[in-house]
Order: sequence, then structure tokens, then C-alpha cells
Amino acid sequence: MSVKSVVMDGNTAAAHIAYRVNEVCAIFPITPSSTMAELADAWAAQGVKNIWGQVPVIQQMQSEGGAAGAVHGALQSGALTTTFTASQGLLLMLPNMYKIAGELTPCVIHVAARAIATQALSIFGDHSDVMCARMVGFAMLAATSVQESHDLALVAQIATLESRVPVIFFFDGFRTSHEENKISVIPDEQIRAAIDDNLVRAHRARGLTPERPVIRGTAHNPDTFFQARESANPFYTRVPDIVQRAMDRVGALTGRPYRLFRYSGHPEADRAVVVIGSAFEVLDETVGWLNAHGEQVGVLHVALYRPWDAERFLAALPSTVKKIAVLDRTKEIGAIGEPLYLDVVTTFAEAFAAGRVPAMPVIVGGRYGLSSKDFDPAMAKAVFDELKQPRPKHGFTVGINDDVTHTSLTVDASLDIEPKEVVRALFFGLGADGTVGANKNSTIILAADPDRYAQGYFVYDSKKSGSYTISHLRFGPHPIRAPYLLKSANFIGIHKFDFLFKLDTLSAAAPGATVLINSPYPADAVWDELPKEVQQQIIARKLSVHVIDASRVASGLGLGSRVNTILQTCFFALSGVMPRDQAIEAIKRATERTYARKGKAIVQKNFAAIDSAVANLHAVPVPAKATSRRIRLTLIPDTAPAFVREVTATILALQGDTLPVSALPVDGTYPTGTARYEKRNIADQVPVWESDLCIQCGQCAIVCPHSVIRSKYYDESRLAGAPAAFKAAPINARGYPDSRFTLQIYVEDCTGCGVCVENCPAHSPDDAAVKAINMKDRLQHLEAGRESIGFFETLPWADRTRVNFANVRGVQFLEPLFEFSGACAGCGETPYLKLLSQLFGDRLQIANATGCSSIYGANLPTTPWAANADGRGPAWANSLFEDNAEFGLGYRLAIDSQRAQARALAGKLAPRLGADLVAAILGAPQLTESDFRVQRERVAALKAALAGATDPDAANLLALADFLQRRSVWIIGGDGWAYDIDYGGLDHVLATGKDVNILVLDTEVYSNTGGQASKATPLGASAKFASAGKTSPRKDLAMMAIAYGNVYVAQVAMGANNEQALVAMREAEAYNGTSIILAYSQCIAHGIDLRHGMKQAARAVACGYWPLFRYDPTMRDRGMNPFRLDSPRPRIPLEEYRYNEVRFKSLVQTHPDSAKRMLEQAQRALEERYRMYEDLAARDGSRFQPHWQDSPS
Amino acid sequence: MTLTTRYLGLTLAHPIVASASPLTATVDGMRRLEDAGAAAVVMASLFEEQIRAEDTAYALLTEHGSNSQAEASNYFPELADYNAGVSGHLETVRLASEALDIPVIASLNGTTAEGWIEHARSLEQAGARAIELNVYSVPIDAAVSGAEVERRTLDIVREVRSSVQIPISIKLAPYFTSMPHFAAGLVRAGADGLVLFNRYYAPDIDLTTLKMTRSLPLSTKAELPLSLVWIGLLSRRVPCSLAASRGVETEVEVVKYLLAGAHVVMTTSALLRHGPEHLGVMRDGLARWLAENRFESVEAIRGLKDASRVADVDAFLRAQYVAALTDYVPGKLVQ
Repeated sequence: MSVKSVVMDGNTAAAHIAYRVNEVCAIFPITPSSTMAELADAWAAQGVKNIWGQVPVIQQMQSEGGAAGAVHGALQSGALTTTFTASQGLLLMLPNMYKIAGELTPCVIHVAARAIATQALSIFGDHSDVMCARMVGFAMLAATSVQESHDLALVAQIATLESRVPVIFFFDGFRTSHEENKISVIPDEQIRAAIDDNLVRAHRARGLTPERPVIRGTAHNPDTFFQARESANPFYTRVPDIVQRAMDRVGALTGRPYRLFRYSGHPEADRAVVVIGSAFEVLDETVGWLNAHGEQVGVLHVALYRPWDAERFLAALPSTVKKIAVLDRTKEIGAIGEPLYLDVVTTFAEAFAAGRVPAMPVIVGGRYGLSSKDFDPAMAKAVFDELKQPRPKHGFTVGINDDVTHTSLTVDASLDIEPKEVVRALFFGLGADGTVGANKNSTIILAADPDRYAQGYFVYDSKKSGSYTISHLRFGPHPIRAPYLLKSANFIGIHKFDFLFKLDTLSAAAPGATVLINSPYPADAVWDELPKEVQQQIIARKLSVHVIDASRVASGLGLGSRVNTILQTCFFALSGVMPRDQAIEAIKRATERTYARKGKAIVQKNFAAIDSAVANLHAVPVPAKATSRRIRLTLIPDTAPAFVREVTATILALQGDTLPVSALPVDGTYPTGTARYEKRNIADQVPVWESDLCIQCGQCAIVCPHSVIRSKYYDESRLAGAPAAFKAAPINARGYPDSRFTLQIYVEDCTGCGVCVENCPAHSPDDAAVKAINMKDRLQHLEAGRESIGFFETLPWADRTRVNFANVRGVQFLEPLFEFSGACAGCGETPYLKLLSQLFGDRLQIANATGCSSIYGANLPTTPWAANADGRGPAWANSLFEDNAEFGLGYRLAIDSQRAQARALAGKLAPRLGADLVAAILGAPQLTESDFRVQRERVAALKAALAGATDPDAANLLALADFLQRRSVWIIGGDGWAYDIDYGGLDHVLATGKDVNILVLDTEVYSNTGGQASKATPLGASAKFASAGKTSPRKDLAMMAIAYGNVYVAQVAMGANNEQALVAMREAEAYNGTSIILAYSQCIAHGIDLRHGMKQAARAVACGYWPLFRYDPTMRDRGMNPFRLDSPRPRIPLEEYRYNEVRFKSLVQTHPDSAKRMLEQAQRALEERYRMYEDLAARDGSRFQPHWQDSPS
Repeated sequence: MTLTTRYLGLTLAHPIVASASPLTATVDGMRRLEDAGAAAVVMASLFEEQIRAEDTAYALLTEHGSNSQAEASNYFPELADYNAGVSGHLETVRLASEALDIPVIASLNGTTAEGWIEHARSLEQAGARAIELNVYSVPIDAAVSGAEVERRTLDIVREVRSSVQIPISIKLAPYFTSMPHFAAGLVRAGADGLVLFNRYYAPDIDLTTLKMTRSLPLSTKAELPLSLVWIGLLSRRVPCSLAASRGVETEVEVVKYLLAGAHVVMTTSALLRHGPEHLGVMRDGLARWLAENRFESVEAIRGLKDASRVADVDAFLRAQYVAALTDYVPGKLVQ
């Protein structure tokens, strides 16, 4: 039996055990636990067996609530069952967890602990979620590291089987779940030996069976419930002993002993910190350093948090400890202290009262690390320092600057206690360049040496296009227990030259550190191209600088932007962490491992890249003085609002940790329209307009995912003063002889996706390859672009009352109020949102489900929803993933209620306000832009008339007056939201008939969490949780909605028919009832080059897979057929659409025959479905569901 | 009546083989052909060039967006079964070999020496009974001589021969200066059979869009003469199996090819046109023709009209040439 030491992250380490000791896994994706579910699904697909020789059954559910239900049912039927979750997911499981625990059912739920959405959502780690679950009756076991997330997962399983008490096994989200570290993997034989089959059989025997029928889940009356609730107490009393025995057992097998309460530090410590989770490792390292410097301190880790074993806790802590700081990674606002603090205080209070401890120590509680806020040795030391105070602060915070309630401790950030033998490397990469993947490989390569240990942790920004990554790598001769970000690095890799101008990349450079820059400039010319600040850092810290034009090398080899293996080779060559030849050989092996299944071609290209790396690497001569005339960029212009300059700019500069509490809004309310201030300049190529060729159709603008193409028409006299580079053309519409047209490209905001070019219908007569808009080098058009944009913004937007809303050509003249989002280049979702903002932006109120659209729509630092010059624009909020339909319905209920009050008050005050004005306001049709404008003027007049009034009616009407303007309520989310997790809510909203509009951005997978299958995923598509191809067809949500009869339903696809999408949006909005639009949204999870995404959408329609239609109940009310099929009969076979996408094509490789069968089935289903639609379209208006409001015939 | 024949060392129930086409791309398709009466099937070609292009696209598309977001380390499931783009093809070979009683002959179109060897081995391991090397390249480099083209092909045959144990055949284009010399060389290099001939895609120019178009129209029996001549000329002159391809529409063409010396006759267009069941029709037609003409077996007519039966081949060909011109009737050139 060999013990393998391998590099893996905490999720993998835990899932490895969970998979082997369970028979059923009910799964649902949620960050940061998704990896565990994905791995379980992938292993099952590969036929990996559990320790009993069976492949566990993996079942995806529609939500975590559903997963918990399935877990409960499987447990009740005798199977060893688990699930994986975090955050809101765990909260959705709580009701079932009470049941599972109440029925004394062995089970382990694996949690990558994460923050809970409060004033904002956070995907990052803390203990807010697990602390919400401490009352459900599960035992709670915590790990501090990747190794522990592996070992203690087994302890949890052993203990639950013996105790019958279910266990929440948790570790820190991201910090542990995503940290790559070298661990010893427990061999299957040892896992097998650790599990007592008698206990498994006992669990099975308790399962429901008609052979020995029992009844569970009874309802009790006041006479028995209480006693029954107390009946399980002995089981909980036994848990600590059982868990300790399980720890001993695993310890004996692995040589790694564990304790319920692990104390580390001075045996006669006077001060101690009590903590749960990865912070223990930081504190432990700090304790060692402090004690080596003459202090007497210690730290206690609580592995088993529930049931709380007071005796063992007291026994673990040296009796010499006089002062204790209890650190909680959660906030229980309004409480006297956080949960762990209260437990510790109560433990001592009870013991002191009973005389078991001679004196009551000073105990204070503090909060740290919320939402993965880094917790480092400097902060740990600050906590111990605070305990030196005569009256240490209780309720303190550490790691932030609380300048409001002054809870924070002062931290000396310069403290560096890391052992010198640890090599620390920091890499700034682009998301698309493969840096993180290469660094993960580097940790594996280095850790392959039995005498070397490695750790990798990766930080990402929030954008989905042009995003940066920061890799924190440590290598050393001893196991690395440093779960915090690098503060000082011996090696810094800057994989994109622009970063030198945007970020302070060298702030962590240790004196004499090596710097590697991916530079378009050669070694003898690069110095003058560096910003002066960077030159100064290089000189002051005596940094050794090297450059390579990795982008050129990669591009020349057909690797696109993937510079990873080239720069990885340079890292090994420069850092000297292992002999160069050996390193190159290892990189090649790792590359082969990564790409072997993806084909030789890509392996060979990478080999060529690796071989050419060192030859292209050059040292940069460093002069004695900083002479550059270049300086680091100002990230935000001076013209930006104060909040953006002071707060947003700080976050953009990666200095968000320094923002004090007072800088941030108290209730999660932020200004909109901040994305426009962040000029990201991420595209190498941007579209350039050829005014002579342009037919001004608007097709480029409507498909632009990032709103960087804008059109205005204006009187030619306004061109006076235009910069030379500003382009204009006579408008090609009749009746505007003096008007000019300009199509302006926002070059600094463009992602370079090229969708506009692909969608442009106008070609040069001389050369079909030249269109009216073509991709050109950004740098060559940057300055002219800036000047032109500056002038363009002085031109007025078209008068909305004069714009033709009925066609794409007209709509291009409407100002987009959704701009420059962080969505993927070529995103298929965002064009719909931009159109929505153009059509209804100034009266738009949006409820947005959690998912891609909430991340690119509202993740700090900058957000895309914007306001117009009048200050009006979309008001946007996100509640949850699982409640968005209801959340949006709530908007409507409130609007209707307040509008009714406003109308009543207006009627009541009509004599004061003027009967004509009030009559006009109350009778306004509010259907067209002219109507809206006039109504705004009337409401303004009404407000003016009410200004200064103090009587309640007038004051109330003034407060409610804005509700007299018709609002447009839109409920937006992806298919994971609409088809799965909130389908019940969505269905209910559809049934209400209320005037809300639902827009489903249908990518047919859970895009945001990485492409897991939803019920919108089509038959035969390979997705996570359906890697062998989804075996059920996509749910026909449209027909389900149509079945209600009074719901407006449309299915649209930009790229196939932009005009139809536009009409559907307008009809849905105008319909005085519930509307739903299913919008085809191409996505990177489809495996296509999104540049061609619109064409692929057109193919989806052309083959009949995605027919375009509208069901308009108002037509039925007029006796006409409400169902209109807007796309022609299928013109191409389904195959022609499908096999352009990896999600379908990969199945042909892996499961050729089932791929063929699924394709045939899908083709038949498509044809049948199309016939049904045709049948509907051919009916007369009387043959549709009646509605009770219909007039009697 | 005995319809059996030998091809590449394999004993076949009759000489009509379904050649590589979309019909032979799947197990189901091959099963239909077996049910229809095919004596053997040549599976749809494994195109190395296409695989390399698809692999690169697959690698880049599945990596796109990976390791750049906190919430998603990637966007596609890790497909353990995905094996450099050939796993599906090999799996089809394996399943078909198991499911079919008739021989499954794999077809391989390589572009690199490494590709030829590696894929040939994989196909053999997957269960193919023989491999047809589909040497499909159009020499466009003026610096490359005809001898060089031949040498490269011979190298491929030698390399594959040394890599696999199963029989190999070569599907050739008709454009070689000295076909008998080259054919003999191929046999010496290790070929067990020749397939005459491959067909090229038909390029065209769309006068509306001024774009090049490409198609592969189904063959007609008008294409028969070229293969017929060379089957006739090579029969008994090169010690290997001969497969005739092109223009096999009915049993008439089958009989002609057999008379010229073919061991098997391969057909695709007719099956695409009329369905797999047409194969049985041709087989029955062959049997009927033999019976009507009082032949006991296929072997009895094989090579009956090949060039070896004529003392002066040159004279034979000239005579055919002269006859052809003499017999020419305007508008009736294509039979």
C-alpha cells in the first residue's frame, strides 16, 4: 500500500474521501463548493468506484433545497449519502437538516464555508453560513488546511456512522477549498479499513422497507413533542468521544494525529487565541515566531465545534492562560458576541462557577477574515498585542480600518515572519493567457520532489473579459502552512506589459528579487518604456529584470494569447528552483499530461513554445537613475464623481483593503454608471468604421455586447470644431437633408470580440473582405478614438419622441444605459440587456437573479447600469438566485399599491392642483415616448404645485408622485434560475397575471459557475453534470407559459432576427400582464468562437432548434390567433448547427453512437415540436385557452 | 454457385464491399450494410489533418475562460474518454468489429509519418481486420518530382507495414506516370492490396459570389473505364489483391470489374443513392448473371478479360484506343 503525495486543492481533497465513502451524492453547483460536485460527477462518469466497489449515484438537483430533500430521502432508504454546498445553499438545506438530525441519520454534508449575502453578495470564504447551521443538530467539524480537509472528511464519516449524529464538515471557502498544496492521500485500502461495515449495515437496516414497515416523520402534539426532542440527548453526549476515537483511528492509519481541540504554543502561555479554520495555521506560525521572540502565547483550534465539549476545551488550554481572544470569522450583528466567543465565555463562566477553574480569564471576542479578507501573521500578532493591554478590546475587528465604530486593531503590516528558505513567487497574468493553469502545473512539478513542498493560491478579478489573475506560489523544503497572500516575493512575473501602468506590480518585490516581464520591447529598449515609478522600484530594491516577448512567440506558434508555458519555462530558468534541463523536461511532461487527450497538435505547439522560451529570454541592463517620461496611468479621470475617484479608483488599484469602513455605503446602495470611468483598454484590435461603405442599418450596434458602438444623427452645423479624425456621413434617410450620421466606437471599452464585424452586412464592392466596420490595431486608433469620443459626447442624443422604435435602424439612436460591462467578449446575453436599457431605460426597474448577469451587472469595482443626462436610468437590485421571480413581483405589488395611493391622493387634491392637470395625469395612456414625456412634464408640474406643502396629503402625494409615471418592471436571470432553482416562483409569477416582464437569458447551462447542465440544456449536449450528454430534452418553458393563456410569451434570438427580438421586447413591455421572453444567448460554455456567436444563433433558428415566435394574448382578445411563428421552416439539418459547438461535438468523440442517436432523436423532436408550433400558428383565434377575463362570446 | 472471393487475405462471401462513406461512419450504419448483404465494409476514413485541426480547436475552445474566474475554473467537463479526437472513431471500430460478422476494414488518411504509424496501430488495436491507406494528396509544389511523390507514398507504406500485423491496402489516385512500376513498388513495400481509384473533390467557382466551392458529387458509371483499364492492366501483373472502385452502379459494373481482374468491387455512390439495401440487389444480380451465363463461381470469371490474356498489351491498348475512336458516335461518348 503506497501513500501518494500529490498537489490538490481542498475541494478535491475532501471530495476524494466523500466520493469513496458514499453511495449517493445529490448535487447542485454553488461557489466555492461546485468543484466537489463536479469531481464526483466526473469520477462517476469515468467509472471510479467507492470503497465498496460501486460507482456512486450522482444526481443533480434543481436547488440545494432539492439536494437536501434527495439526501434525506436517500438516507431514509438506507444509502450512505452526501452533498456538497456553501453559503445560501446551506441555508436552503436547513429545514431538511433539522429532519435528518432529528431522525439521527448518519450523513456528512461537505461545506466550503462562504459568506452569506447581506448588504452585498460575496462568493468568498468565511463562516457566516456554517454558523447559521449550528442549531440544526448536526455535529460540526472544521479543517484548517488542505490535508485536514482530506483527513477529517474521513473522520467525519467514521464518526457519523458510529454516533448516528450527522456532520457538517467544513473548511474555509477559497482559502482552503481552492488552495493547491501538497498532501498525502489516504489510500483506498486505508479508507476501507477505517469504515466499520457493521455500522454501515446498521444504517441500512434503519432504512425504510416494506419488509419491516415503520413510520417516520409523524406529527406530535404538545403532550409528546418536547420529551421526544430531548430523547436524543445521549447520542450527542457521546459524539466528542466518538469523534476523538475516529481521529485516533485515522491518526493511527496515516500518522497524522488529530484532537478535538488542538493547542499549539507555549506550555505556560499567558495569552491565547481560540479560532476555527485556516486562520489557525497563521496563528500557529505567528505563535512560534512570538515565542521565539520571548513571548508566552498559544493558539487553540476548535476542530469539533458542535457538540461543544467544554471539558476537553478546558483541558486543552494551559491553565496559565490569563487572557483569551476568540476569533470568529462571522458577524452576528446585535449579539453580545459572535458564536465561538459566546461558547468560550460560557464554558469558562460555568467552570468558574462550578470551581473547576480557579479564576476567570479575560476573554474578548473579535472578527476577522469576512469574505476571504486575508488574515496574515501581522494581524495575528496584532491580536496577541491587544491581549497585552490591561483592558483588551472586546468586539474588535482585525484586518480592516474601522473608523466608524473604532473596533479595529492596529496592525503593523511590515511584519514578515516567513522562513527564508521558502521561495515566494507572484505572477500577474491575464485570464486568457493560461498563467494560473501553468502555475498549478508548476506546483505539481516542484512538489513531485519528495523533499520539496509547494503551495499555490490564485486571486481573480471580477471581470469575465480581459480579467487579471494573481498567482501566489510558495515552494520550500518543509510543508507549507501559510494560508495567506504573499506580502514579499523573490520572483515576480508580469505577464502583460500594460499591468506595469495599471497596477503596482512590484510593491511586494523583496530586495534583489527577480522580475520577469512579458514585453513587446526588447531588452535594450524596454527600460525607457517602463513607468518611472517602476524604474524607481527596480533601482531602489536592486531588482534583476528580464524580458521576453512571449506574446509574439506564442502567436507565431499558433497558441494565440496562451503565453503560459513560455513564461513558465522562463520562471524555472530564472528562479533556479530546479535545474533548467530537468525543469524543461518536467514542464513538457506536465504539458503532455494537460493536453494529451486534447491531441498531439496542441502538445507539439506547446513543446515548441517551451523550447523557444529560454532563447528569447534576455536580461535588462538597469541604469542607475530613473529617467522615464512615462508614468503610471491614472485609473479614473478627474471628472468622475467623488465616490468613483475616492472609492472605486482605490479598488481598481488593488488597494481596496485599505478603504476604511466610513468609505463604504452602510446599506449596500451604490451609484450606477461607474463602468464608464474605467477605461480598460483590453482589446488588441477594435472595430473601425468606414463611413463611405456604411448603410447605417444599426446591425453592428445592436449586437455589440459591450455598448461600444453608438450612433447619433445631428445637424451638420454641429460639426464645427470637430477633431480632424472625427468621422461623419450624410444620414441616408429621407427628410433629413442637413443631418449627419456618426457611428462612434468606444475603443478603450471594446473587448475586441469582432461580433460587430461579423454582423455587418455591408461589403466593399471592390473587396468582399472589407466591410463597413473592420477590426484594426487599437493602439493605432487610440488617440484619434479618444478625441472623437470626446467630441461625440458633446453631440445630443436623438430626441426619443422622434426615434422609430419599431426597427433596429431606429433603435440604434437610443442611448444605451447598460454599458462597458465585464461580461465575456462576445457575450450573447448582454446585447439583450443593452437593448432593454435603450428601449425602457429611463423607467426601468430590474430584479436580477444571481448568476452571470448579476456578476457582470453589479460586481464591484465598476458597474454597467447607467443613468442618462437627466439622471434617470435603470434601478437594479439582486435578491437571491432562488427568489428572483418573487422579488420582481414584489416590485410590482409595491408599485401598484403606491400608484393607487398616488392616484387617490391626486384625485382628492385635484381642486388644489387643478382638475385639468390631475385628469390628464390620471387619464394618461403612457404607451409611447411622447406619452411618457408629457406625463413627466405633468408629474413635474404636480410636484411643483406640491412643493412646500406641509399637510399630510400633499406631502404624501409628493412622496408618491413618481409612481404616476409608468414603470417597466423586468425580472432577469439565466436558465439555471428560471428553469431550475426558481422555477416554482417563476411559475407562480406567471400565474398571477401581474404586469411584470421576465427575460430569461438562456445559455442552456449554469454559465456563471462553470457550465453545469440545467433543465434548459438540450438533449445530447455535454455539460458538467451531464458529461456523457444530457439524456433528457430541454424543458419547453415557452409552451408551459403559453398554457396559462394570458401570459405574453416570446422566443427570440439576436443574430437570427434582431427585429423580432426588438418587437417582442416592446410587445412584452406594452402588455398589461405577465410577459416572458426566452432569449437565445450564446456562451463560452457552448464551445464556440463567440466572434461567430450571432451566426451560430442564426443557425439555431435556421435548423428549427430555436424557432422564433410570439404568443400575444391581446391578439386572442381581439379574436385573432395569438401565436405567431416568426421563423421559417427548418432550412438546415440540426447537425449543421450542433457540430459547430464543442458541447455537441465532443460527444461524437467520446460516445459516437449515442451522439448519433441523440442527434437523430433531437432532430425528430425538433421536427415534431416545429409541427406543433406550425399547428398552433395555423389555428384560428378561438382555439386557445380562454381566460376568465375574456368577454363572453 | 460460389460467390466467395479472397481480398487482403480475407475470405469474403462475395466480392461487393461497401467503401468508406457516411454510411460506414457509425456502427448502426455498418450494421445496416451487413444486413443488406455487404461482404465487408470499409469504415469512414480517419483523417489525421481534420483530427489535428479539431483537436486544436477543442483544446483552445475548452480552455477559453478557464482559470480566469473565481467561480469557474473551467466551462467544460473533463472528458476522460476524449482521446485526442480519435477515441470516438476507435470506439466505433471496436464496436463494429465486435458487432459485425463481416470484416471491418479501417480507412486512414494521414498527413504526417507519425500520424500514419500511430493511427494505424490504434486502428489495429481497436479490432480492424485490415487497413486501407487513403493516400490523398495533391502535389502542388513544383519542386517535388513525381519520383518524390512516389517515394513518399512508398515510405508511408513501409512504415505502416512495419507497425501493424494486419493486411494493408493502398487507395490510389490514378495520376502516376508508370502505374505498374509504382504498383509493384507498393507491393514490395508491403501492400497487400490496391484500391483503384480514389476520387478528388470537385472544385468550382460560384459566379455570383466569386467564391470557390467544393463538392464531391456521387460517381456514375461513366467513371468506370479508368479503373477498369488499370484493374485489367495490373491483374496478375502485381502480386496483390485488387479492389475496383468508381462507377459501380449495378451488377453490370461489378461483373465488368471482376472480368477485368478485381478481387472485390467497392461501391458507395449507388448505396447513397438507393440505400444500403441496393447492395443486396447487386449481389443477387451478380449471382443471376453468373447463372445466366453458366459460370459456377466468381473465381471463374475473375480476370477473364484482363490484359494478361493478351500477348501484346501495347497493341491491346492501342487497339482499344483505335476502336474507341472508330466507334465514336456524337453524343454517345459516355455510356
